[in-house]
Amino acid sequence: MSGTFTTSTARNIFFGGTLFFALVFLALTFKNEQMLPQRDQRAQLASNPAIAAGKRVWETNQCIGCHTLLGEGAYFAPELGNVYKRRGPDFIKGWIKAQPTHAPGRRQMPQFNLTDKQLDDLVAFFKYASEINTSNWPPNIEG
Amino acid sequence: MQYKSQAVAKYYFVGAIGLFVAQILFGLVMGLQYVVGDFLFPAIPFNVARMVHTNALIVWLLMGFMGSAYYLVPEETETELYSPKLAIAMFWIFLVTAALTVLGYLFVPYAGLAQMTGNNLLPTMGREFLEQPLITKIGIVVVALAFLFNISMTMLKGRKTAISLVLLIGLWGLAIFFLFSFYNPDNLVKDKYFWWWTVHLWVEGVWELILGAILAFVLIKVTGVDREVIEKWLYMIITLTLITGIIGTGHHYYWIGTPEYWQWWGSIFSALEPIPFFAMTLFAFNMVNRRRREHPNKAATLWALGTGVMAFLGAGVWGFLHTLAPVNFYTHGTQITAAHAHMSFYGAYVMVVLTMISYAMPIMRGRAANSNRAQVMEMWSFWLMTVSMVFITLFLTAAGILQVWLQRVAVTPMSFMDTQAQLTLFYWMREVSGVVFLIGLVVYIWSFFCNSGESAKA
Repeated sequence: MSGTFTTSTARNIFFGGTLFFALVFLALTFKNEQMLPQRDQRAQLASNPAIAAGKRVWETNQCIGCHTLLGEGAYFAPELGNVYKRRGPDFIKGWIKAQPTHAPGRRQMPQFNLTDKQLDDLVAFFKYASEINTSNWPPNIEG
Repeated sequence: MQYKSQAVAKYYFVGAIGLFVAQILFGLVMGLQYVVGDFLFPAIPFNVARMVHTNALIVWLLMGFMGSAYYLVPEETETELYSPKLAIAMFWIFLVTAALTVLGYLFVPYAGLAQMTGNNLLPTMGREFLEQPLITKIGIVVVALAFLFNISMTMLKGRKTAISLVLLIGLWGLAIFFLFSFYNPDNLVKDKYFWWWTVHLWVEGVWELILGAILAFVLIKVTGVDREVIEKWLYMIITLTLITGIIGTGHHYYWIGTPEYWQWWGSIFSALEPIPFFAMTLFAFNMVNRRRREHPNKAATLWALGTGVMAFLGAGVWGFLHTLAPVNFYTHGTQITAAHAHMSFYGAYVMVVLTMISYAMPIMRGRAANSNRAQVMEMWSFWLMTVSMVFITLFLTAAGILQVWLQRVAVTPMSFMDTQAQLTLFYWMREVSGVVFLIGLVVYIWSFFCNSGESAKA
């Protein structure tokens, strides 16, 4: 590490290398944006305002603090990206309304006092999430 | 201490350690809730404890980085800080914002907090790690900008070194990528895509620059090795970090609705991400072996070497374990992820902040190093925390492997909750390890208060 390999050479390699790979990443992001419409169910999102409203219900009750959604979140409670397919709309609504179970020693889900509209919105959001093309993840219906 | 204004770092370090304690206590609550599900319910539901656990970590690491910068930059640039008063004011703003946010999490239902703080105006809440109310997020931006202004102005009037330049690039990157936390499209795939521009480009990008710069600074001080050698190492390490880590973001884009080419790009580039961490381990050991002086602060040297090893194990090895797309298909969103997250955050970022505190705190308290007794205690805390974190990681990994098997690989897959019931033993052992970690933390804090007797003079 001496002779021609000076600190300023090292610095230039750092700047050049970083810039090059950042540009490649931006190109991949550009390609990503072009391909997303075939995968992300945006037509559904545009035609049904309940989905965006449901996403807000999901966010403002901090569901991600216990559950995963497409595998991201906390690992304390079941995956919900595919819960619409696993349980169906009526079970989901009934389950949320029935919480907490108060079963001794079991993990407890709080009661969020959602209105019927909020429950419908949330279900619309889960239906939308379950139809996103996730390259066949999760491996099975259990999430 | 060479420059009077370096003393502002003390505020940040003390604040950081205080939040560290909160983080660990809430971690223990969550660990217990994994096995005694209704523990503290409904007073502190799991999601609330988790917000406090992760947000306290983020804020105390940011405080640690800021404190490190305030200590390091005057010495590197050979000039007093541009405005020590601004630094102290920003500390209090940051601390009060963090404290109010935590109180909000604990005492107001989250939906109510969202309403009170104007989440309707610009919905940003309710996404993992970015749960903070809008006003807190704005507060973070204000504090970060004032901090960057202060540090940049100091650098402009002083000597320019590679270490301070790398640190500054890392800190600016931190602030810039945080801005993606304000972007929350209704489209879930795009939401997740750009969420990672904050989360991944922080921890596997610009934060590693900050980590490298702090480590390089401490290694120069404790080993006396030529600055030129250390700076070349630093540039080499961060070059490897960013050329692997930027496109390595792709390892989060396998299963969230993004195109399948990410499985190739993400797998290949993130498989290379351990290399810069391995280089960092070599760097730390090489420099200590070639040391030209025996610095009286043995504890700081131990933390620096520990950072090299544990960052490589936690971020490098445990990251590689589940980064290839065909493996990640089964491990995505399981306890394997939790295992990796624990050891990598501890090994890379917790340890580097503690390295800096270990080096700088005695000097700010008027001595080159702590008394022998205090150092022995600090080294005990190093081993207690580090070994218990290794065990936390191993138990979570075991739980994760079993979880993947029962829930995703078996011929008749079990449901999530039935699977969890099978993992109880590992979760108990993780909780016991967590208690040992807390004991280590208590010993660590205690070591600050047993400096009576002899201590090397500054």
